Amino acid sequence: MTPYSSEHLLHVLHAHQQRFHYISDQAICEIATRLHLPRAQVEAVTEFYAFFHRSPRGRFDILFSNCTSCGNLTLMQQLCDRLNVCMDQTSSDGLISISQTSCIGMCDHGASALINGLTVTSLSEQIIEEMGNLIESETPVSAWPTSWFQIGNNIRKEGLLLTEALEPGAALKAIAGRSSDEILNEITASGLKGRGGAGFSTGLKWKLCRDAASDSRYVVCNADEGEPGTFKDRILLNSHADTLFEGMTVCGKVIGASQGYLYLRGEYRYMLDALLTTLQNRREAGLLGNNVLGSGFDFDIAVVVGAGAYICGEESALIESIEEKPGIPRIRPPFPVTSGLWGKPTVVNNVETLVAAAGIVLHGHHWFETSGTWQSKGSKLLSVSGDCARAGIYEYPFGVTVAQILEDAGAEDVQAVQIGGPAGRLIGAESFTNHIAFEDIATGGSFMIFDTSRDLLAVIGNFTHFFDHESCGFCTPCRVGTTLLKNGLDKVCSGHGTAHDIDELQRTAALVSRRSHCGLGMTAPNPIRDGLKVFPQLFEARLLHQEMEPEFNLDASLEEARSLTNRDDAEAHL
Amino acid sequence: MSDPMKKTIIIDGVEIPFEEGQTIMDAALAADIYIPHLCHKPGLSPHGSCKLCTVDVNGRAVSSCTMPAEAGQEIANNTASLNEARKTITQMLFIEGNHLCPSCEKTGDCTLQAIGYHLGMLDGHFPQFYPRREVDASHGSLVLDRDRCIMCELCVRASRECDGKDVFAISGRGTKRQLVVNSPTGRLVDSDIELDDMAAHICPVGAILIKDHGYEVPIGRRTFDLHSVSETDLDEVILKKTKHHDQEHETAEKEGGVYGV
Ligand SMILES: Cc1cc2nc3c(=O)[nH]c(=O)nc-3n(C[C@H](O)[C@H](O)[C@H](O)COP(=O)(O)O)c2cc1C
Ligand code: SF4
Ligand code: SF4
Ligand code: FES
Repeated sequence: MTPYSSEHLLHVLHAHQQRFHYISDQAICEIATRLHLPRAQVEAVTEFYAFFHRSPRGRFDILFSNCTSCGNLTLMQQLCDRLNVCMDQTSSDGLISISQTSCIGMCDHGASALINGLTVTSLSEQIIEEMGNLIESETPVSAWPTSWFQIGNNIRKEGLLLTEALEPGAALKAIAGRSSDEILNEITASGLKGRGGAGFSTGLKWKLCRDAASDSRYVVCNADEGEPGTFKDRILLNSHADTLFEGMTVCGKVIGASQGYLYLRGEYRYMLDALLTTLQNRREAGLLGNNVLGSGFDFDIAVVVGAGAYICGEESALIESIEEKPGIPRIRPPFPVTSGLWGKPTVVNNVETLVAAAGIVLHGHHWFETSGTWQSKGSKLLSVSGDCARAGIYEYPFGVTVAQILEDAGAEDVQAVQIGGPAGRLIGAESFTNHIAFEDIATGGSFMIFDTSRDLLAVIGNFTHFFDHESCGFCTPCRVGTTLLKNGLDKVCSGHGTAHDIDELQRTAALVSRRSHCGLGMTAPNPIRDGLKVFPQLFEARLLHQEMEPEFNLDASLEEARSLTNRDDAEAHL
Repeated sequence: MSDPMKKTIIIDGVEIPFEEGQTIMDAALAADIYIPHLCHKPGLSPHGSCKLCTVDVNGRAVSSCTMPAEAGQEIANNTASLNEARKTITQMLFIEGNHLCPSCEKTGDCTLQAIGYHLGMLDGHFPQFYPRREVDASHGSLVLDRDRCIMCELCVRASRECDGKDVFAISGRGTKRQLVVNSPTGRLVDSDIELDDMAAHICPVGAILIKDHGYEVPIGRRTFDLHSVSETDLDEVILKKTKHHDQEHETAEKEGGVYGV
């Protein structure tokens, strides 16, 4: 297994997209033939992932994050105006295309974008102006100021995981000679629960996988980190990759796997080379590959890079993606621990979970257990962003209060906090005494702060659009429901909603939450539901006080005619 | 009380037996209990996408076509609130496509429509999406009208599992999903589909139609004009290449071999 297979469909399509700026019908046929895949599979994959395109993008292809923390669409519009292009329309000379993309995980770096797949951060009006010049003069991205591409860690508070840099091989040496049961007991005794959001016991997950009958098993690290506002795995991948790979290797040893995969979100492709180098160094040091540390245990790790699909963070969709398919969540049961990658028992763990596991086998379960609350052991990395003086990474023992975090981050006049990303919870001031813990407010790590200057309805609208964009479309309630929620909320936000529309939103939201196939649909209505519960007055203030308002807006429908005739005068409006 | 020795589940208060490996849907159909379903067809691997078969098992929502039956499950199925949820899901399927029933050749034989009748659906409720989707009329004897496709993937599975081919797939994401054809040009005429294939006949709506056989059975005398879907879907399903009602005199029935139930 090559560490980065140039034959993996996602990687082939990425290379093609980079070179030719789109995936043509002919390319689909050729790639299908070359990889011995059905043509329809190549087409389906191309059309599923947001970073692959069926029509040409510009030689400079720019995707502005539309996240409430790392997005700034005013800057996007500035660049559109500067270069005289419209969003989503490639300029006729093929020079430039500008579009939006979901959160790219740079929430501690201000306005950010992807330029030909590379991350630029801390955008300002001035940078946009310079960027316009560079694009016009067709200066290759490699010759742009390197300072634009700098990405720091912004660690504000260190705890158990961030304080130490584990010596490569230390955890593996610590488990040398210990049986699978002994290591498993250590993990279980620590009380470690999954850091990806669901909070499943890691020890139990490994045990279920190990005990599932099979001739082979897999370890998969979930580095998809797609939840808007989350960027803590980025820091671990950047500065603790050795510890992560060590955690994966320990897991492989426990469950009896010989192959691991790191599924890296496409937005983090800029880290790929460094990660591959770390893997190579570990191979050379005997920490990976055949006969790890002379123990007779073979284990290697390959990287698969995604291409713009939040749903691929869902473990079974992620597995489908590694299998070169669209990221459609599988039917559960069976769960990945019994039938995962290529039908084999598979452990899927979050980056932070695996880093913690490496620490636990090195230091023993007490090291971990003594931190946190009785139901939530250890520490949690939080990605704090939004309206505060010090955005960045904060590692706290579980049990910390929201108020404490807000104080540490220098947040003032806080109106609301979105904890756990759009899929999580929206809370107001009355809940700031609550604690971050599985038994209170659980989070995968996203902590977004909104002060009183924010239009919270617009924030809720942003999240609702996010789910509509990211729904995989497999099941009816989420595919259709997320679009209905988006349209319904837009109607309310634009001042056209009535009490009836709120009832409709509630009803649709309840159905989507309860009847969807996977976690995406089950959480997609959360922003609307929490918004209506915690901030009903915001909705109320925007309503028309009449029986009903038609869904159909005649004036808005004339927009196309107006733009075709280049008119916007009063006569052209109703 | 349920007999602990016998494997049973309880649906709406009625205790029914099940065999190891059966889903709740399998057990229900075997016991002549109708659970509304669209993307499910006994004999094909379950899919779990339409969510019409949603039931509450000990209070938790699950898809009965994919959830294994397990002793002790107490299942709510034919309740007012579940049927209301199913009606809403059916309305969603209607409004996301372009379903102009009066002008559709499948009317009266369409399972989506029949489920609408069964659930007392009187309107689409939600604003129409009016998507733009392509028609593929390239094939000599089949037409693919994507406006009516509900993404149930019955044709995808039938092609793979019954016909031993791979003619269809679903491409795209979200509401932009659409049925695609696995041929070099993406057109039906260049695929290896044949009129006899199960995939050509399994479509529950009017998205895959047989050409040259329009309106031979008058409206009013079609399947769901005469029967409710809750009756027809309880009929023993023999996964044969279902006759198009217009074809009665042309092709003899062909059994689907191992897929027959
Ligand atoms: C829509 C969706 C997106 C998800 N995204 C992520 C993700 O980006 N990273 C992650 O670790 N887990 C994500 N999860 C959770 C995973 O499915 C899975 O539970 C997790 O990777 C298990 O690892 P853990 O036990 O270490 O937490 C997501 C779940 C859903 C439903
Ligand atoms: S809930 Fe949404 S994301 Fe999940 S399977 Fe259904 S359509 Fe796809
Ligand atoms: S064409 Fe018919 S059978 Fe195929 S997915 Fe669409 S609705 Fe289902
Ligand atoms: S019949 Fe079960 S989800 Fe469609």
